[in-house]
Amino acid sequence: MLRPEQLIDIMTNSDLLRALQERFGATILDSSDQYGELQLHIRREELPDVARLLHDSHGFDYLENLCGVDYLGREPRFEVVYHLLAIATNQRLCLKVGAPEQDARVPSLIALWPTATYQEREVYDLFGITFDGHEHITRILLPDDWVGHPLRKDVPLGDEEIAFTFNQERIYAHKPFAQE
Amino acid sequence: MESKTYQKAVVLTDRMDYLAPLSNNLCYALAVEQLMGVKVPERAEIARVLLTELQRISSHLVWLGTHALDLAAMSVFLYAFREREQILDVFELVSGARMMTSYFRIGGLAYPLPTEFLPTVQTLLDTLPGRIDEYEDLLTNNPLWLERTVGVGVIDGPAAVAYGLSGANLRASGVALDIRKTKPYSGYETYQFDIPIGTRGDIYDRYRVRVAEMRQSVRIAQQAHERLSALGPGPVTTANRKVAPPPKSEITESMESLIHHFKLWTEGFKPPRGDSYLSIESPRGILGCYVVSDGGPKPWRVHFRAPSFINLQALPHMAKGRLVADLVALIASLDPVLGEVDR
Repeated sequence: MLRPEQLIDIMTNSDLLRALQERFGATILDSSDQYGELQLHIRREELPDVARLLHDSHGFDYLENLCGVDYLGREPRFEVVYHLLAIATNQRLCLKVGAPEQDARVPSLIALWPTATYQEREVYDLFGITFDGHEHITRILLPDDWVGHPLRKDVPLGDEEIAFTFNQERIYAHKPFAQE
Repeated sequence: MESKTYQKAVVLTDRMDYLAPLSNNLCYALAVEQLMGVKVPERAEIARVLLTELQRISSHLVWLGTHALDLAAMSVFLYAFREREQILDVFELVSGARMMTSYFRIGGLAYPLPTEFLPTVQTLLDTLPGRIDEYEDLLTNNPLWLERTVGVGVIDGPAAVAYGLSGANLRASGVALDIRKTKPYSGYETYQFDIPIGTRGDIYDRYRVRVAEMRQSVRIAQQAHERLSALGPGPVTTANRKVAPPPKSEITESMESLIHHFKLWTEGFKPPRGDSYLSIESPRGILGCYVVSDGGPKPWRVHFRAPSFINLQALPHMAKGRLVADLVALIASLDPVLGEVDR
């Protein structure tokens, strides 16, 4: 759906990368080709500028996916991944932004793509990454009184101790209903 | 999913969008196959297309039935579930389960297609177009239906794109975005089908688009059926023994097969380090799967872009200034599956 008021440069991935490198230089930390799609690691401080340019001048009007990843033991520990799609040119792009553990915050993109509203709240809920500029960053999937962020890799998996004769007294002490 | 091996995680995908488990299986399997560079035999690809299109019809039938039920039209629900039952019978035939199928595995299908499969599907495909006409007779020009749906819950194209709507909800607003056309998977580029789009973006358009989609799905399924008939029986999993287990008959004869079988079910396979994102057109919209591998037998991270979850965001925009009674129609027209919303 090409809107006439919007002039979009149709660029190949390598041209797009060159244009972004000329404009932003050291902001782009790394770039790679993933199954025919351009993937960029960028500094989080400049994320809103890069996103605005991509949205306004390169036609990336659809934010398809936004998710967080916890790379425990790596620096920066957290990563937020954005998968963008330009509907008119059918071009795809992946942006990755790192955030360290002590300062787990990333600029919010809801001003450009309102669809990020729920997705940023989901990332906050499950990973504890805060999005600056998101006015209503609260839990969306878990109850409000939940402690911790369950998809972080240092949260232990929930399990239940199995009752045998040697330990059943201790386990059933916490479960009055199980004694019937 | 991150505490299970790649193969075992397939069963969890069934349970997210429980009205379209095969689409979820497909998305996950394709993302892992892309990560590992695995090629699936043609027969399995065609069967995947055929079954996911049947899945789309069955999912739309549940939507149509419950949507009509929400607007107090009881009979459509009963008719829609009659045909859905026939489709679920096909799934039971191939996988043994009506809903939680887990039929698409990484590298192909779980079991070969039974001999009764093609005739059963043909009977189904012969009856479906007439049945879809029946639903349209009941609803399309029904004054009560029109009164509740036309001009209600309007969202225009640019707003729908900004809110990240997908699937029939987006196409009803006039944006022809369908992953089956824009980034074809499983050989969709070789099938003849049209993308129905709406103009006004109201509830009625979403209804028209979904009904037209069911007809297109029958068309695709018919083509896939012809190809499967022409191809005949044969292997439905990849020959790469590092990914898919060898057939049982081979295990008794070959030591190497036994080792592969043992390794696969105890340890699992290890995709290379890296990440892979792939999206498909599920009945509800763009379903994406993002898999990160750390080089081990368990995925480091699996994220699903759930269309129901993201479609719901547009609800306040559509409901603004309308009556509470319209909200019932609106929620039904977005076709959310809450199992997918909270995954």
